[in-house]
Amino acid sequence: MRVPMSWLREYADLAPDVTGREAAARLIRAGLEVETVDEAGADVTGPVVVGRVLDFTEETHSNGKTVRWCSVDVGPEHNADRTDEGVSAPSRGIVCGALNFAVGDLVIVSLPGAVLPGGFAISARKTYGHVSDGMICSARELGLGDDHTGILVLEPGAGEPGDDAAAVLHLRDDVLDIAVTPDRGYCLSIRGVAREAATAFGVAFRDPAGAEAGEAAEPSTSGYPVRVDDPHRCPVFVARTVTGFDPTAPSPRWLQRRVQLAGMRPISLAVDVTNYVMLELGQPIHGYDAEALSGPIVVRRAEEGEKLTTLDGVVRTLDADDLLITDDSGPIGLAGVMGGGTTELSDTTTSVVIEAAHFEATGIARTARRHKLPSEASKRFERGVDPALPMAAARRVAELLVELGGATAQPGVTVTGRPPRAEPIEIDVALPGRIAGVDYSVDAVTGALTAVGAQVQTVDAERISVVAPTWRPDLTDPFDLVEEVARLNGYDAIPSVLPAAPAGRGITPAQRLRRRIERAVASAGYIEAPAYPFVGESDFDALGLPADDARRQALRLANPISEEQPLLRTTLLPGLLATLRRNVSRGAPDVAVFESGLVFRPEPGVRPAAPRLPVDRRPTDAELAELEAAIPAQPHRLAVALCGDREPQGWWGPARPVVWADAVEAGRVVARAAGVEVQVRSDDHAPWHPGRCAALFVGDLLVGHAGELHPRVVAALGLPPRTVAMEMDLDLLGSVARGVDEPVPAPSVSTYPVATQDVALVVDAAVPAAEVEAALRAGAGELLESVRLFDVYTGAQIGEGRRSLAYALRFRAPDRTLTAEEASAARDAAVAAAAERTGAVLRGS
Amino acid sequence: MSAPNSDFDPVRTSSLHPDELARMVREALAAIAAATDLDELKAARLAHAGDRSPLALANREIGALPPQARKDAGQRVGAARREVAEAIAKRQEALEAERDARVLVEEAVDVTLPWDRAPVGARHPLTTIQERVGDVFVAMGWEVAEGPEAEAEWLNFDALNIGPDHPARTMQDTFFIDSDGPEPSGLVLRTHTSPVQARTMLDRSPPIYIVCPGRTFRTDELDATHTPVFSQVEGLAVDEGLTMAHLKGTLDHFAEAMFGAGMTTRLRPSYFPFTEPSAEMDLLCFVCRGDSVGNPDRPCRTCSSEGWIEWGGCGMVNPRVLIACGVDPQRYTGFAFGMGLERTLMFRHGIEDMRDMVEGDVRFAAAFGMEI
Repeated sequence: MRVPMSWLREYADLAPDVTGREAAARLIRAGLEVETVDEAGADVTGPVVVGRVLDFTEETHSNGKTVRWCSVDVGPEHNADRTDEGVSAPSRGIVCGALNFAVGDLVIVSLPGAVLPGGFAISARKTYGHVSDGMICSARELGLGDDHTGILVLEPGAGEPGDDAAAVLHLRDDVLDIAVTPDRGYCLSIRGVAREAATAFGVAFRDPAGAEAGEAAEPSTSGYPVRVDDPHRCPVFVARTVTGFDPTAPSPRWLQRRVQLAGMRPISLAVDVTNYVMLELGQPIHGYDAEALSGPIVVRRAEEGEKLTTLDGVVRTLDADDLLITDDSGPIGLAGVMGGGTTELSDTTTSVVIEAAHFEATGIARTARRHKLPSEASKRFERGVDPALPMAAARRVAELLVELGGATAQPGVTVTGRPPRAEPIEIDVALPGRIAGVDYSVDAVTGALTAVGAQVQTVDAERISVVAPTWRPDLTDPFDLVEEVARLNGYDAIPSVLPAAPAGRGITPAQRLRRRIERAVASAGYIEAPAYPFVGESDFDALGLPADDARRQALRLANPISEEQPLLRTTLLPGLLATLRRNVSRGAPDVAVFESGLVFRPEPGVRPAAPRLPVDRRPTDAELAELEAAIPAQPHRLAVALCGDREPQGWWGPARPVVWADAVEAGRVVARAAGVEVQVRSDDHAPWHPGRCAALFVGDLLVGHAGELHPRVVAALGLPPRTVAMEMDLDLLGSVARGVDEPVPAPSVSTYPVATQDVALVVDAAVPAAEVEAALRAGAGELLESVRLFDVYTGAQIGEGRRSLAYALRFRAPDRTLTAEEASAARDAAVAAAAERTGAVLRGS
Repeated sequence: MSAPNSDFDPVRTSSLHPDELARMVREALAAIAAATDLDELKAARLAHAGDRSPLALANREIGALPPQARKDAGQRVGAARREVAEAIAKRQEALEAERDARVLVEEAVDVTLPWDRAPVGARHPLTTIQERVGDVFVAMGWEVAEGPEAEAEWLNFDALNIGPDHPARTMQDTFFIDSDGPEPSGLVLRTHTSPVQARTMLDRSPPIYIVCPGRTFRTDELDATHTPVFSQVEGLAVDEGLTMAHLKGTLDHFAEAMFGAGMTTRLRPSYFPFTEPSAEMDLLCFVCRGDSVGNPDRPCRTCSSEGWIEWGGCGMVNPRVLIACGVDPQRYTGFAFGMGLERTLMFRHGIEDMRDMVEGDVRFAAAFGMEI
């Protein structure tokens, strides 16, 4: 809502020295979001005056353009002595390119030294063979709208030559631009804002709706015939008629200027008046050309598929929920949203039927949204218009059309329905103080409520009864009244008191685990890069997921940002790999990134819809369980992806490129942070390379995968060759992670010497090293302290399809120094177990 | 005194003569002093203190002396050998120190050589700010609550007093999840973390003091100041006797914890369906601390010389929300607040473009390290 200060002052007795900025500050404190204060007309400076065209000669120049060389009387203060030019009357000589004026017309002249909007500085300059000593201005050049079809010609008697144009044109005004929150529909009017301003400054307020507002008009049928078929959606409809209107009568300059400053375009007197009254009172008005109406006005719901051409020229296909204004010809308007073209006020309209109706808010909201028509009217109805206004508003429109357009108001008026009456709200007078934490006096409470227009009655020593004013449909609950009391007494009166929460339990084990894991992964050299969760089928294709892969079972957005990515991720990899590629394309060849976040894993099959539960009570546990059942699983996952070199080339030696094992190690880093060890098994799982894919297990629980990506995936996604990745389910990991109630048993640290035995075992190349190691551990017995693979050898000496694994076994006893025989025996037992389980043969034997 | 020594051989024992011993010592000391490195010293030691050295040989002759002369001779030889041994030890120490000094000089390296072998990781500031916010509140006894991102419409809207016709519930603002069947799915991507508040109230009884950081979604196109996927932190307290003063106190404490001592907040009346009374919350500009207001010589870019920065929304939990979530509004009151974490990061760290936070460029997160 744009509120010119001059308009505001008409209804709020602000002191003359109150600036727009001061008014804004007070209104902000009261809860109105004043976004800017526009100093309208402040960009017109210097001598800009009224002039009278004394004389002109038309000259057509070689470029084909016709200009007028004018003598303009700009008042004694500004006129020049032009006898040397052969002009008798004191005036200024000005070249003008427009032709829409006559001798004797009053025009606006900007004289040398003036500056117009856009920093347009005026000086005397030579043009078309004359020195033009100023400029005759168009409306647009003065910042008065878009009209640039000719110069601005004032109505006779608008002023005298030499008068300051700013005053004549109502040029200068401060305009408050207010973003009105949904609960303050009444502030979409000068009336509402003036009431707030008067309260904020503690000055008198005059209601522009007059005494009539607030009093329910008696139903009447003496005006234009109206029938309301849906009184719920249209509780009040007032119709008045004026006849004999002069369609050529112009809007007075002050009215046009106010409508324009309020952000609307002046169109014609009749239209400007309806807009003016809407802006002033907040009541949307619609005017019909009475001669274009046929039969009575009927307010009814649309039939599905019915059509209406609205004022903006768009043919609208209507929904059965849309409320219509109709006559015998069919729909003539979308009630409360926009009128139709057939009964539009035109430049030949002489009789006007004025509609001032009240429409139910949510229905208007639905229609406006359905047809994407956020009009000035619908904006107001959606937020709640004062239902007691239609009578006053219709009368005000009629009065202005009579006064400014020479019309005659018909005596009859049609009124249907009565505005609903607000129910009294009874509250404890101490409630506002108890909620705000401020000790308000009884006067402070009743004073604030009275200031917003409520009727306050004392019930007893502790309770008051409050009837909200008709323009505040938002005031329905005790807490609504609390807010009014708190805001009008100032939020800055609220002290700052830190509440004492009971002793808390700190972050949860799951949160602690995630923090530990994310820190560990970052410490291992990965940079966190969260991605959007939006993916498309093409991402799954690029990953080479089989048709029946569970990760293709994805939630779909009804309104995605991009039609290419309508699905919600089921794996972190598409986003993470896109991030990797983006970094590579930005010149970082060696990248290691990770993301930790939710994925969306709906069960296959038809999901039940999440129910819409009641809000007037706590839903039952059964209802809540039904709700939960409809929400798909959203496990927390962590993924890494890396490419290029893991260690760069340097003075220490050559680079160490990223390999599959880096991804597996990332899985170990995660598991270690969770206090568990992963077991690695070879697997074939998209999008990984079938020969370089590790399944990560904790015990028998599969928690993730790691390895080198499939070359086809690398190619499809445009990734660097040999890109590797790991993805793990942290919720699964958390389910097996060591809990706080499972303390780590302390090791016994033996101080006896270690006995080291190395063994080289030859096995079939297909035997996984992890199995050989597991066998060694199982066979070595309790004396084994550690086993470590320190070499892998393949070659002719070993034989085709075989490889040699060299292990260092360390033995130690807790209570004695081991003899060589004991260590050898333990080693032999280990080797025997390996031989039995994996077919290992001791190398060289 | 004693019997004559029949074995006495004046030639064989001449080495035990004091003059002879003195000469041996002199020669030994000269050789030791002349040794310039440890090898030469070793040669000198073998020659003058070794088993075949003159002093060692002289020592053996003592036995040839008559018993009454042995003690005297033994003392003289012992003293001579000690003197030589001490000189060797001293020289050894000096030469070793010399050698060590030389070797250490030879082993010197350029310690300014880079060692950027191990890649350096980092966490994203949107993650670390969530942890930091959590820590501030956990220190006050609050807890950190979480919930799903694909959420029931009822929890995201209805339970929070956002009715079916509320403008926020349109396709212009909210991501709706398609249904498999004929009915709408009743699911959305949560537009705020408030459903977590509703879940907590449904899940347990007051007192409740929680913060909910997390990802939220709205259908904005990505540009310098908007992103369809963003992060919020919200707080909720429900207890007996809570007032707006407690809300203000909590926000002031939070502002100080995040932006430093002396920071404060300002409340302005506003409107949200889930709170009543509602307020916009402004943060004292942490750059100029309000000094730029009315001070054209010292303009502030962060707050446009307004002195305050819009930080978020807050208010007292609307009793309708308490009722829908099973909390008795006659007994309990609550307050809630929420702010965008991208915005908080933007003005805390001077980030100018939202896209830097969402595109995953490693250079961005790397600048923030492990904590913020």
